[in-house]
Amino acid sequence: MRRLLLGLGLLVSVGPTVRRADAQDTSAIDRGVRIGIVYRPGVRPGLVVLPGRPAALDSVRAILSRDLDYSDRFEVITLPTGDSLRVGAVALGTTPARGAPGRPRSGGAQAAGPNYPLYLALGADFVVDLRAAGDTTVVDVHDVAAGALRRTFQARLPAPNAAGFRMAVHRLADQVLQAALAAPGMAATRVGFVKDGKVYVIDQDGADLRLVSSTDRQAMSPAWAPDARRLAYMEFWQGHGQLFVQDIGSGERTAAATTGRALDFTPAFSPDGKTLAFSRATEEGTDVYTVNIKDNCCLQRLTVGRFSDNLSPTFSPDGQRIAFVSTRSGLPQIYVMAADGTDQQLFAPFDYGVTGASNAPEWSPDGQSVAFHRDVAGTLQVFVLDVRTRTVRQLTSVGRNEDPTWAPDSRHLAFVSDRSGYRQLWIIDLDTGRIRPLLQQSGSRLPAWSPRLPETAATNP
Amino acid sequence: MKRLSLLALAIVAGAVTAAACGGPKPPPAAPTPQANPDSEAQAQRARQDSIDAANRAAAEAEAQRVRRQREADSLAALSRNTEEVRGMIAAMIHFDFDKSVLRGDDIGTLDQKVAVLQANPDLRIRISGHCDERGSDEYNLALGNRRATAAKQYLVSHGIDGGRIETSSYGEERPLAQGHDEGAWAQNRRDEFEIIGGGDVLRRP
Repeated sequence: MRRLLLGLGLLVSVGPTVRRADAQDTSAIDRGVRIGIVYRPGVRPGLVVLPGRPAALDSVRAILSRDLDYSDRFEVITLPTGDSLRVGAVALGTTPARGAPGRPRSGGAQAAGPNYPLYLALGADFVVDLRAAGDTTVVDVHDVAAGALRRTFQARLPAPNAAGFRMAVHRLADQVLQAALAAPGMAATRVGFVKDGKVYVIDQDGADLRLVSSTDRQAMSPAWAPDARRLAYMEFWQGHGQLFVQDIGSGERTAAATTGRALDFTPAFSPDGKTLAFSRATEEGTDVYTVNIKDNCCLQRLTVGRFSDNLSPTFSPDGQRIAFVSTRSGLPQIYVMAADGTDQQLFAPFDYGVTGASNAPEWSPDGQSVAFHRDVAGTLQVFVLDVRTRTVRQLTSVGRNEDPTWAPDSRHLAFVSDRSGYRQLWIIDLDTGRIRPLLQQSGSRLPAWSPRLPETAATNP
Repeated sequence: MKRLSLLALAIVAGAVTAAACGGPKPPPAAPTPQANPDSEAQAQRARQDSIDAANRAAAEAEAQRVRRQREADSLAALSRNTEEVRGMIAAMIHFDFDKSVLRGDDIGTLDQKVAVLQANPDLRIRISGHCDERGSDEYNLALGNRRATAAKQYLVSHGIDGGRIETSSYGEERPLAQGHDEGAWAQNRRDEFEIIGGGDVLRRP
């Protein structure tokens, strides 16, 4: 309700700009997806990314524009004749601005900056200007309504064909988003996933696919460490399931929690990165355990299933609680417990004998939601549980949709869907319902979205 | 056929009539045997020949029996037996959707494994549970684990030492049938049985 009022307020305040709905790319919105939040087209702020100076910055501009588009927080306005607009902006910049009080004017074409009234007329709320200064790239974020430069930052970008170039640009995109809307981005992230028994990572924009697990053993269930440098995953070996933690940069990996005899699977890092929670299947059933990663010690059993299975742990971002799957009431459903295993209780409500099996929970980075999938009429659909109210809503209804994983902005989910005819990875924005394929490769599954990559991890290959 | 039986009826009827009419006639006197030295020697030789032949046949049969025995004891036969017993161990059992309860039609298969394990005390096996593709990928590891454990519990409850049996699960990661219909799913919901030790030479139960 508060959201709705907020949306209404936004609608009133930006009333003159609702025509921007025309610029909305609706082709990518899946019509079968039901969204619990009222979709409000046209109320997102408009944004223009000016052509780079010099043209060498074109690839930076292309990546940056797409990142800002994929953030689903802006209407990215494309300028078909960008250069002439720039010329026009400079020419118009000498005339007094209307409706842009307080605009700093130092006079002269060189320092003119963007023509705020023109961009206001185009429906832009923000203008992003890229320029090269020596070996650094400077990014100006202008607030059109205020008629002022909002923020300037710079980065020393690797050469466009060098490793780490794209990720460095993604970081700029996240900085633009932070500067414009004070909102966390998700451009400088990767998604780990499994295909043909191997673990891969790919940038969130679908570029730079890399193999992670290098052995010929079958791997499953990648999970990111909070430092976004390491991935935990499970590998089958001689009938057992072994957990490994691998450094993405160096490729070095170490076994975790292994007994050499058990079947360990579904690893999950605690938010402080010190503890690995996982499922262990023995003849007594499957139960949730934790282990200290650094010393590979202090194994602790959190559930005692006996005649039920307990699996797929996921930490709350404060590290205090763990959501998990349990079959204690028959079909698998989503439960929650304190991180030490106490106070176990049902988390996502279900109707006994009616609601289908629920699996694969993942707690959102903002702590407010848990995404999971549930069997609906014989196929799987993605659901989101509101942690505070403990209500669930269904996000998907077209095809089979499973294994959701949160972006660090807590509003995008990557998941597996066969809506295009084969199983592949898709990304949905919960606020707008916009959906896009992450990569067009059949058989991709078990995605795990990374936290934002730190600078060193972003520039390291 | 009909005519034949009529004829047989007539003959029987005639014989009955004859028996009723008068007693049997005395049989003709048997001819007195006359000594014939030539034929006697011939018979003697024939008898000796047949005895020799019988002895030869017996010796040959004995030799054949020994040969067969040797053959049976040979490695080739042992490996043939071993292959057969391996087949008994490898026979899979199947499950209903999202179930880990043993099915009645698989009990015979499991009983045969009990017999094989009893006849081969050094034999150790691993049971791995598998699932079809319909369930959740990770949940299926837990389900496969329960399927493997169910079979192990059956073997243990029939006298097999639990230490000889490992369990494992591959979930839906290693399907046997690649299809996406009930036919393929039914084949994929299974336990596989694999020899992990003491399986070089196996005795039949």
